[in-house]
Amino acid sequence: MIEALNLTKVFHDKKRGEIRAVDDVSFTCQPGQIYGLLGANGAGKTTTLRLLATLLRPTGGRATVAGFDTLAEPERVRASVGFLATSTALYGRLTARETIAYFARLNGMSDPAIAERVARLADELDLHEFLDRRVEKFSTGMKQKTSIARTLVHDPAVLIFDEPTIGLDVMTARNILRFVRDCRARGKTVIYSTHVMSEVEKICDTIGIIHHGKLVAEGSLAALRERFGQQDMEEIFVRAVGADKEEAA
Amino acid sequence: MNLHNIFTVYRKELRDSLRDRRTLISMIVIPTLMIPGLMTFAFVVSSKVINKAREEVPPVMVVGGDQSPLVRAALAADAKVRLVPFAGNWEQQISDKQLRAAVKIPADFDAALTQGVPTEVKILNYEGELRSGFAAGELRNFFNDYREKTVTARLAGRGLPPTLVKPFEVKTENVAPPEKVGGNLIGGMIPYMFILLCFSGAMYPAMDLTAVEKERGTMETILCSPVARTDLVLGKFLMVLTASLTTAVISLTSTGVTFAARGVFFGAADLAAAAKAGALPTLDPAGLLLVLAMVFPVAVLFCAVLLAVSLFAKTIKEATSYATPLIILIIIPAMMGLLPGVELNARLAMVPILNIALASKELVSGVFHWNYLALIFGSTCVYAAVALALCVRMFNREDVLFRT
Repeated sequence: MIEALNLTKVFHDKKRGEIRAVDDVSFTCQPGQIYGLLGANGAGKTTTLRLLATLLRPTGGRATVAGFDTLAEPERVRASVGFLATSTALYGRLTARETIAYFARLNGMSDPAIAERVARLADELDLHEFLDRRVEKFSTGMKQKTSIARTLVHDPAVLIFDEPTIGLDVMTARNILRFVRDCRARGKTVIYSTHVMSEVEKICDTIGIIHHGKLVAEGSLAALRERFGQQDMEEIFVRAVGADKEEAA
Repeated sequence: MNLHNIFTVYRKELRDSLRDRRTLISMIVIPTLMIPGLMTFAFVVSSKVINKAREEVPPVMVVGGDQSPLVRAALAADAKVRLVPFAGNWEQQISDKQLRAAVKIPADFDAALTQGVPTEVKILNYEGELRSGFAAGELRNFFNDYREKTVTARLAGRGLPPTLVKPFEVKTENVAPPEKVGGNLIGGMIPYMFILLCFSGAMYPAMDLTAVEKERGTMETILCSPVARTDLVLGKFLMVLTASLTTAVISLTSTGVTFAARGVFFGAADLAAAAKAGALPTLDPAGLLLVLAMVFPVAVLFCAVLLAVSLFAKTIKEATSYATPLIILIIIPAMMGLLPGVELNARLAMVPILNIALASKELVSGVFHWNYLALIFGSTCVYAAVALALCVRMFNREDVLFRT
C-alpha cells in the first residue's frame, strides 16, 4: 500500500525563487489497484513519485510505502519498490542478464536465487533471444523489456511507473500497459503517472489529477465523470485544472 | 556501510569500465606508451643533439690580433676549432648561430708575451646556446694551453722547472653515484609524470560514473535500488581509484621495462654518451616503489575530488569544463618540484602535490628522508580523507544528484 499525507516538496531556485513542486498532496493506493496520477508536464507527477521512491526527501508531510516510512526507512522502501520511468535508463555496456543480476544482487538476492529469477523473467518477458547481448545494441522494445525485468527482479510489492510509454511505438506501449495490468492482477500496489488521457481511461482504478503541485481532483473514472458532467477524460482534466475558465477568459 | 553492496557496485563498475574503450585508453594505453615513449624520445633527442654538438668543429673568428701572427697561426693549427675569416658583423653572426664564438686578441698580443707585459684575450659567445658554449670551451682550453706553454717556455729560459709556478694539481671528482645525478635531472620528470597520469587515469572514469550516468539516466536507475548512497559512492570511488592506481602501476612497470631494455634499443656508445651528458638517469628501484606508495593517498585525493566535481556536473561536457582547470592546479605544484633549488623541508612537506613531487625526486635518486616522508604521507592522507568525506556528502545531496 502507498499512503501519502500532506506530502510537500519545495525547491529553491535562484531565479524563480521558491517553487512548490508538490503542495500538500494526500492519497492512498491499495494493493491490487492502479492509481493513475494525471497531469501536464511540470505538474509535479515526477517529483511526487520520486518522493515515494525516496529519491527526494519531502519538505513537509509524510508517506509510507509497503508499510515503511519514506524518511525513516528509505532503503527498506526502495527494497519494496520497483521504479520504472523513461528517465531510468540501462547500462549500455552490460548484457540484459548482467543488468538484471546486478539489481538482484543489490536487493540482497543469492546467486542461485538470481539465476532462477533471471530464467523466470526471461521466460515471462521473452528475453532469451537477447539475454546475453549488450544493451547498447538493443531496440527500444528490447530495452523496455529489460527495464521491466530489472524493475521486477526483486518481486516488489509496490510498482511505480513514471510516464513509461513516452516516446514508445504503439506495440511497445501496449506491451507496457499489459504488463501494468498484470501487476495489478498479481496483487501489486501500482502507481502510474501519465499525461496521456487514454491510458488513464484504460487501466487506472483511481485517478488523481495533479496541477501546479496540488491534487485538484481524485476518484474513479465513473466518479470523475459524474462530478464534472463529462464523459471524455480530456474534458474532465481541462475542467479539473480550471483550464476551461482560463480559455473562456 | 554494507561491504557486500560496495563490492557489488565496484564489481559492476569495473566490468562496465573494462568494456569502455575510452577508459581503457586512459588507464592502460596512455601510461604504457607515454612514459617509455617520452623517455626514449628525451634520450634519443638529447643524446643526438649533444653528440652532434660535440662532434662539430665549431667555426670561430679572431677579432683583432693583426700584429700577432704567432697566436693566430697556433689557433689556425688547432684541429678543435675552425678559424673563419674576419667579418665586421661577427656579433650578428654569433646571434644568427652562423658563428659559434669569437675571440678578441689585442693587436700586440705576441709582442706583449715576448716582453712579459700583462695582456688579455676575450672570448665572446652566445650564453645558453649549447654549441656556442662548446666553442667557447674549446677556445678557453686553447688559451689555457697556450698560456701554460708560454709559462713553461719562460721558466725553461731561466733554467727553472715548471713546478715552480704549479706546485700541485687541483682535480675535481664526483662522489655522487650516477643514479643520484641522473635522478635529479631527467629522473625528476618521472614522478611528475606519475602524478599527472594518476590524475588523468582517474579523470574519465570519474566522469563516466557520475556525470555520464546522470546524462544517460542510469544514475536515477541505480538510486532507485535499495543500496545506500554512501555504499554507492564508495563502490564508484573504488573503481575510480583502481583506474588511477592501475595507470600509476602501468606507468611504473613501463618505466622499469624501458630502463631494463635500454641496452636492447641503444648501442653501448650511445648509452655511454647519454650517461656522460646526464641524459641517462639510473633510477633506484626501491625509490620507485616508494614513489608508488607515496602516490597512493594522492590518488585517493584526486579520485575523491574528481568524483565530487563530476557528480556536480549535469553532463560530461560540464564535467570536463570543471575537471580540465584542475589539471593546471596539479601541473603547477608538480612543476615547482622540478625547479632547481626548491628543496624538501617541513613546510613544503605540507603542500599537497608539491610535497610528493619533491619527495619523489629524492626517492628515485635513492635519497630517503623518512621524517619528511612520514609527514608527507600523513598530511596527504588527511587531505584525501577530507576530500572523500566531501565526495560522500555530495552524493547524499539531492540538489546535486537531481540538479537541473
